[in-house]
Amino acid sequence: MNPFTTGLAALAICFTANAVDISDSLKTIRAVGPEGKGNAAAAQAWQSLAQAKPAALPKILAAMDGANPLAANWLRAAVDTIANRAKDLPQMELMKFIADQKHDPRARRLAYELIKNANPQLAAKLIPGLLNDPSVELRRDAVQRVMDEGADLEKIKKPDLAQKQYRKALDAARDIDQIKEITAALRALGQEVDLPRHFGFLMHWKVVGPFDNTDRSGFSKIFPPENKIDFTATHDGKAGKVKWSPFVTANEYGMVDINKAYPGPGDGLKEVTAFAYTEYNAATARAVELRLGCKNAWKIWHNGKLIFGRDEYHRGIRIDQYKLNVQLAKGRNTLLIKLCQNEQQQDWTKEWQFQLRVCDATGTAILAADRPPTPKTGTNNNQPANTTRPPQKK
Amino acid sequence: MKLITAFTLVFALQATAADWRQFRGPQGNGVTSERNLPVTLNEKNLKWSIPLPGRGLSGALVIGEKIIVTCSSGITQNRLHILALNAKDGGLIWHRQFWATGRTMCHGKTSVAAPTPCSDGKKIFAVFSSNDVICLDLDGNLQWLRGLTADYANVSNSLGMSSSPVLIGSAIIVQVENDSESYTLALNKRIGVNFWKLDRPKAANWTSPVRLTNTLIALQSKNGIDAIRAVDGTKAWSYDGGASTIPSSTLHGGVLYVPSRGITALELNEADAENTPNELWQSRRLSPGTGSPVVLGDKVFATNKAGVLTAGNLKTGERLWQTRLKGPFSATHVVTATHLYCVNEAGLLQIVDTRGKEGEITGTLNLDDQILGSPAVGGGAIYVRSNEKIYKISE
Repeated sequence: MNPFTTGLAALAICFTANAVDISDSLKTIRAVGPEGKGNAAAAQAWQSLAQAKPAALPKILAAMDGANPLAANWLRAAVDTIANRAKDLPQMELMKFIADQKHDPRARRLAYELIKNANPQLAAKLIPGLLNDPSVELRRDAVQRVMDEGADLEKIKKPDLAQKQYRKALDAARDIDQIKEITAALRALGQEVDLPRHFGFLMHWKVVGPFDNTDRSGFSKIFPPENKIDFTATHDGKAGKVKWSPFVTANEYGMVDINKAYPGPGDGLKEVTAFAYTEYNAATARAVELRLGCKNAWKIWHNGKLIFGRDEYHRGIRIDQYKLNVQLAKGRNTLLIKLCQNEQQQDWTKEWQFQLRVCDATGTAILAADRPPTPKTGTNNNQPANTTRPPQKK
Repeated sequence: MKLITAFTLVFALQATAADWRQFRGPQGNGVTSERNLPVTLNEKNLKWSIPLPGRGLSGALVIGEKIIVTCSSGITQNRLHILALNAKDGGLIWHRQFWATGRTMCHGKTSVAAPTPCSDGKKIFAVFSSNDVICLDLDGNLQWLRGLTADYANVSNSLGMSSSPVLIGSAIIVQVENDSESYTLALNKRIGVNFWKLDRPKAANWTSPVRLTNTLIALQSKNGIDAIRAVDGTKAWSYDGGASTIPSSTLHGGVLYVPSRGITALELNEADAENTPNELWQSRRLSPGTGSPVVLGDKVFATNKAGVLTAGNLKTGERLWQTRLKGPFSATHVVTATHLYCVNEAGLLQIVDTRGKEGEITGTLNLDDQILGSPAVGGGAIYVRSNEKIYKISE
């Protein structure tokens, strides 16, 4: 092949690649599913998609709207590949994409990062407008900016203005580290911060236990509260009859410490199970996330339906450790948690606790219509008189 | 004879490869065929260090002139990174990012980028603690991906997972074993679908699979070792003496050195179609901490949690000598024909000559950085990565 025909062939290949409508590729990639379903077709589609011109980036980003997380990653890889190759990005179109909050939050953040890499000054101009953005990643930079403004005001001895900025930052903050930092700054200025309300932690519960969990059997065993909630009933517990009793936590991260309800002697009960129940009055029917932190084995029911369970013990706890999607009914919703404590005796296995909050996908608290004021004091020891430490396994 | 051929073939294929394509290198036991690594060290041996965009304790891969490394970043470490760097100067060749689809919670010491990727020299297979499995070609083009938590919702460990994948035939073996839901999977390396999925003991497990032959994989757990047929995931044999869930077993010369009751040496029976093992010896005086045992010449080495390097007789397990290194260590040592390359958690690289009556430290280099990942070797250089940087060390 002479150089002329070689050039024509290359041009033809190039033209073909760019002329292909990417819609089919996007559709194929969006169809990927569990256990590698659609991977083979997606791989072929991806090869074609990754050849697209930079002008196609907004369309590829828009394809992330409603895409499952696997498809979003396929698309993201195409965006990265095209952007790495590009000499110029369609910055104005990407700006429009970011401005449209109906688009997928991750896609908008990705568009922002493309602009930031290409034109940091332009990206910086976007930040002030992102303070209440649906993308938590986008709002983080905006929150930090307001936090910095508060710190600057403190430095020049303007505490009243500083606290206003901190309060503004707190209202927008969704990342735990930023919330903690802002809270510390506000409290140093003498301000009160209602963290349970900010997060939407559920503070008022009823608890019953301890039931048996010898050899970790309690996780799968069905106890009476799993069939029916009856606050007047008396149940056979691990060491005698047990009844429901109220439990209030005043922990500002909403920790419900079951050891305080059933302390037992020494370091707390072992090989036991308890239940915690609460009701949540939803102003409207809507989708929410139940966000749970727990280092014990647990199960959770919403309106009597088992949502999820996990029999892992003492591997760690953090806020928002588990995110569970549920559809709230308007009005009364019931939440039941089963909490199992195992046989381990090490210092770091004493905890028997959980924290649960109700929020949207950004982590914004969705408060119950009748949420009571945040309690100042909680249950320290409301151990029913008839519960004693059960026999411990040797 | 057929089995001897299988052993020989595996060894030959691996030994001739100069690349470092998986956790613990070509043979999966820390051994490198490199002969021109430095045995003394000074600051001139540090050729470059490059900042990384995220944390990680996965080891690097060396594939030709490319260095492949994985990281995770973000407040919840939900951003996954795979980078290709130029071995010569550390320059970035490509960088791909993904969103974690599984849980990213882990202990503060570890990170989501804990498992070392593997490669067949054409494709890269990266596994993260979030259970994301991503296959790229050497130019960074996506081939396929999986999100194992999307498939199996309780496959995670709140402390983080670290098992590194291995290749066997046309499959990638991914061990995702923990308390609540526990599997080992063989994924089709071409498109990522399951060849098979094996139920495994429900217990946290940070060890990595070991390729025993071209057809058998050793899976370690608290129960011991299961030898699994790669073709269908069925069990060929088991060693039920229990085993550690942190350091992995090491295969060398047809013997599997298992972190079990100290170290237990299992000789694979070449005359047996399934290579059923004979227990050669067991020694509680050889006690690997976090790093896996290694073999050099006629000695097996274990470094305990205090940083004491113990040499044992390869044939009997008898303790021969001990040398106190500056520990503690998370990384598995690299082994040349004469020396061990040991990097501790504080970033102190210590080179130990093992030929004398006891170990002699011939060189040290302080990187003053937290190093938890095992080093990689290729092209006459050692590559060590921290949560912040990757370093190249060579003559």
